[in-house]
Amino acid sequence: MEKKFICIRCPQGCEITTTLDGLGAITDITGNSCKLGIDYVKSELSDPRRTITTTVAVTGGELPLCPVWSEKPIPKDRVMEAAAVIRPITVAAPVDINQVICENILGTGINIISSRAITKGGQ
Amino acid sequence: MKKIYDVVVIGAGPAGLSAAIEAKKSGAGDVLIIERNNEPGGILLQCIHNGFGSVIFKKDLPGPAYAWNFIEQARSLNVEMVFDTMVVDITGGRKIYASNSVEGFIELDAKAIVLAMGCRERTRAQIMAPGDRPAGVFTAGMVQRLVNIEGYMPGKNFVILGSGDIGMIMARRLTLEGAKVIKIIELLPYLTGLRRNYVQCLQDFGIPLELSTTIKRITGKKRVEAVETVGVDETLTPIAGTERVIACDSLILSVGLVPENELSRKAGVVLDPLTLGPVVDETMATNVPGIFAAGNVVTIYDLVDYVSMAGATAGISAAKFAAGAPVSPPAFTLTPGDGVRTVMPQKITGLSGPDASVLVELRASREFAGRVSVNILEDENIVYSHVEKYARPAEMITLKINWNETAKKLSNNKSGLKVNIAKI
Amino acid sequence: MRTNYDVIIIGSGIVGSLTARYLSAYDINILVVEKESDVGMNTSSANSAIIHSGYDPAPNTLKAAMNSLGNRLWHTLAPELGIAFKESGSYVVAIGAGELPVLRGLYERGIANSIPGLKIINKAEFLTREPLINPDVSGALWAPTAAVIDPFGAVLAAAENAVVNGAEYLFETEFTGFISGGDKITGIKTTRGDFSCKWVVNSAGIHSGEIAKKAGTRKDFIITPRKGSYLVFDPVKLSINNVLFPVPTDKGKGTLVSTTTHGNVMIGPNNEPCENMDDSATTRAGVEEVLKGAKKLVPSIDQKNVIAMYAGIRASGNAGRDFVIDIPVEIKGLVNLCGIESPGFASAPAIALKVVELLKSAGFELKEKPGWIPVRKPAPHLHTLSLKERAELTAKNPAYGRIVCRCEEITEGEIIDAMRSPVPARTYDGIKRRTWLGTGRCQGSFDMPRVIQIMAREMGIPETEVTKKGGGSEIVFRKTKEVPAR
Ligand SMILES: Cc1cc2nc3c(=O)[nH]c(=O)nc-3n(C[C@H](O)[C@H](O)[C@H](O)COP(=O)(O)OP(=O)(O)OC[C@H]3O[C@@H](n4cnc5c(N)ncnc54)[C@H](O)[C@@H]3O)c2cc1C
Ligand SMILES: Cc1cc2nc3c(=O)[nH]c(=O)nc-3n(C[C@H](O)[C@H](O)[C@H](O)COP(=O)(O)OP(=O)(O)OC[C@H]3O[C@@H](n4cnc5c(N)ncnc54)[C@H](O)[C@@H]3O)c2cc1C
Ligand code: SF4
Repeated sequence: MEKKFICIRCPQGCEITTTLDGLGAITDITGNSCKLGIDYVKSELSDPRRTITTTVAVTGGELPLCPVWSEKPIPKDRVMEAAAVIRPITVAAPVDINQVICENILGTGINIISSRAITKGGQ
Repeated sequence: MKKIYDVVVIGAGPAGLSAAIEAKKSGAGDVLIIERNNEPGGILLQCIHNGFGSVIFKKDLPGPAYAWNFIEQARSLNVEMVFDTMVVDITGGRKIYASNSVEGFIELDAKAIVLAMGCRERTRAQIMAPGDRPAGVFTAGMVQRLVNIEGYMPGKNFVILGSGDIGMIMARRLTLEGAKVIKIIELLPYLTGLRRNYVQCLQDFGIPLELSTTIKRITGKKRVEAVETVGVDETLTPIAGTERVIACDSLILSVGLVPENELSRKAGVVLDPLTLGPVVDETMATNVPGIFAAGNVVTIYDLVDYVSMAGATAGISAAKFAAGAPVSPPAFTLTPGDGVRTVMPQKITGLSGPDASVLVELRASREFAGRVSVNILEDENIVYSHVEKYARPAEMITLKINWNETAKKLSNNKSGLKVNIAKI
Repeated sequence: MRTNYDVIIIGSGIVGSLTARYLSAYDINILVVEKESDVGMNTSSANSAIIHSGYDPAPNTLKAAMNSLGNRLWHTLAPELGIAFKESGSYVVAIGAGELPVLRGLYERGIANSIPGLKIINKAEFLTREPLINPDVSGALWAPTAAVIDPFGAVLAAAENAVVNGAEYLFETEFTGFISGGDKITGIKTTRGDFSCKWVVNSAGIHSGEIAKKAGTRKDFIITPRKGSYLVFDPVKLSINNVLFPVPTDKGKGTLVSTTTHGNVMIGPNNEPCENMDDSATTRAGVEEVLKGAKKLVPSIDQKNVIAMYAGIRASGNAGRDFVIDIPVEIKGLVNLCGIESPGFASAPAIALKVVELLKSAGFELKEKPGWIPVRKPAPHLHTLSLKERAELTAKNPAYGRIVCRCEEITEGEIIDAMRSPVPARTYDGIKRRTWLGTGRCQGSFDMPRVIQIMAREMGIPETEVTKKGGGSEIVFRKTKEVPAR
């Protein structure tokens, strides 16, 4: 069986074609420009994951929001669930870059961290 | 602020930050960045999604985290930065006029200038979306800023026109923040943004994409109440009978970016009618001596990494110019040939650096499904060739050329070279 | 709040606002009621903006008389009220030999209407005056007294001057009916309550016919709205020196090519039916018609450089297509100003003065008010000033240094001026119309978030209550982090 993927590991977005045997094992893979592509297809088949990027509210900061992301990709089917958990979180300024905002989200072992710093002030 | 600087950079986005950092490292004494926003980072601050840094850092960073590296470097090198300050005029003689609410009206001189003003978005009139003029019609970048930085949701039920990256990314953002994105429609028969964004922003969230469709009419006296869509044929002409009314309260336009060149024009910088940015050589020099340009102000990039690289080149060139180094006039011109819509740089001196490494950024004018070769031609003679798996207008192609090698193949002493894309 | 006035004016278009302005010279109480959130939101800000010289209306009509007097008045009124006004003159351009005789007819009509300075110009001379013109041009009629005005600026100036002299304005206040006692109108009903008065001036534009009918007057007068669309161009990409009309047809004056007082080329209108009284939606077909019409005069016009489009609604009446300006006999206390279609803008000062005259002759006592201020100084537009003047202003008020709109270089100071003026801007569009903010190439995509913040701060309201054009047109719904109840 043939299955097509668009690799999302980098902006190049290679169109990867894989051939799977009856048991779902990969027998052939073409179209990837680098090894990451193989990695991507394997994980799409067994455990698809996505990085989640969103924001949390900041109190006492120069800006009302701080952007955050999962330091590693989390299971794709739990992204909306994670978003719901992150949505009500509020942190107090100052926020440092890479500060842990939510530890071990949904028990995945992955932290949600800030992607910038927010200094105190304003608001 | 001083009255005279070695290098003044306009814009503190990734292009401007890199330019300032490299200018400093190349020995420029007083380097100033003027930024109209209240902090450095440019558009990256609102691009909170990941996808930045794959080339330079081999990482998949969110926009603000990518910018952070450069902001820290600029600070530690004592690059002077002024914020909330807008440059309103520059002259060919490198006088800069700016305005802010602290110093008022500012006038200063620069030995060299780097233009790094980025881009702006195309708007409703440019795509001729007729109908009423209610609240609720936004450009994608505006929504990105509102939702991610200012902290406001501009609607509940969205339709997005245009399958560019910002539109797709905002479709996912709005969904994650609890809004409904009904669908994305695209005039062209193909996706205009990156395919990875189609996968991770639309497919993952079940947001439908409708190609070959446009907006026939926007309705709503006060706030958007509905949009009427219509299918188009190959010539992009609406097909009668395919109209459909979609109830929604917001329409987002993600219909393209245009380099921001008001200042360049005032300074007498020659613009390329295809890229809509300055005509530059590989040192990022414009036609006006001492004025350099880099980033989205020159041509719209897909990848920030190449923006940073171009910024660095511009910074080095500006520092040299400020120190009185002689200017090398361009020896060659590069123009788009078959299959190519835009090429940058448009000129080449062929004299920069020991390996004379030149980055050429180009976009295809149409879709090529299979393998293609991207060639530089002197008449019929191919002097450089590079193979890509496909070519799409949506994805920029970057060529890294060793110009010394390429120059050796030039035979006819021609200065006018063409770049084409050919099917293999 | 006061509920008792001498004169109530319905509608704050150019006609209502100039009427308020001229009446404010007298010792009376004036109220203007306007259903929209600001002055001049309808026809008076979506038209061709030409102060016609007056050759066009049929001789011996009210239109002809009002237009030629109005034109003369504007030349002194515009500077007095600080209104952008360009004494450009205008041309009617004949394309191909076949159209040439029409110019002669227009010229003769102009002479009959006593219009000064008219002249027919030959092809060679015209080509030097307008190099971009269609090379098939055969001649042109030159009308030197025509001018281009900033239409919204003019309505605002009139309204501000009226307010400075004591007139009051109520917005988002819709007239719904008359209150009468016997054979006389004694007041009006509105969506914000009842008001009593001695006189009502009906200057409600496209709705003036319905209102006249509600008073039991002008029973067979019908307004059939027809819309006209306009396209505005990026000034960097297209520049035209003159006001160019095609030769008129029985459908009207045709699609013109002109340059606004702000320096943008503008083309339009076409003439298409409306779906309802207030249908000012542009249509694809309409836009294409406008482009085609304008290209007849200037073939190089390119739709790629369009930065804005909108439509205005004509209040075309059936009274022999003339203006209705009178005090009806059926009921006392009413002045009807109906069917004020083009050249209504050019005629407006003359119409307003005519209202004063009509009121006087009806026995209404109008005593001149000492200390009436006829002059208005507009708020500064920084981008029109010299670098030195800008520096001086910014030194005095640092808010003039903070640029909010990048394309038009509009500063926070100008936004605050607009929100604190005698007729304060209370909506995003209100600020836009007063300052030109958001009218450039980016059409507000850069400035809108900042303007919302400034507006919320100035008005002391949350950002979610800031509107584009009055209640119901809120721009943002909630904070990103206020999770909607599911
Ligand atoms: C929505 C979006 C998503 C993207 N996603 C990705 C991605 O996933 N991966 C990736 O690699 N790349 C991505 N890109 C591309 C990349 O981010 C841009 O190409 C890059 O940020 C452009 O940098 P710049 O410095 O040229 O412009 P900008 O970042 O726009 O910086 C220009 C700066 O100049 C300032 N300025 C302008 N005019 C003046 C003036 N007159 N006076 C003072 N200051 C002025 C502006 O305020 C701004 O800060 C994305 C771009 C966008 C818009
Ligand atoms: C396409 C087009 C092009 C034109 N070109 C020109 C030109 O070049 N030169 C020229 O001289 N003239 C021109 N005109 C004509 C000119 O614009 C009009 O004659 C003039 O603007 C009419 O002004 P007004 O005050 O009567 O109407 P409006 O500006 O429509 O004002 C009426 C006001 O009354 C309000 N109103 C209505 N009903 C109610 C109610 N029930 N309660 C409260 N308020 C109410 C409306 O909201 C509106 O603000 C043009 C017109 C059009 C449509
Ligand atoms: S295969 Fe490699 S190059 Fe291709 S998209 Fe994936 S990561 Fe990028």
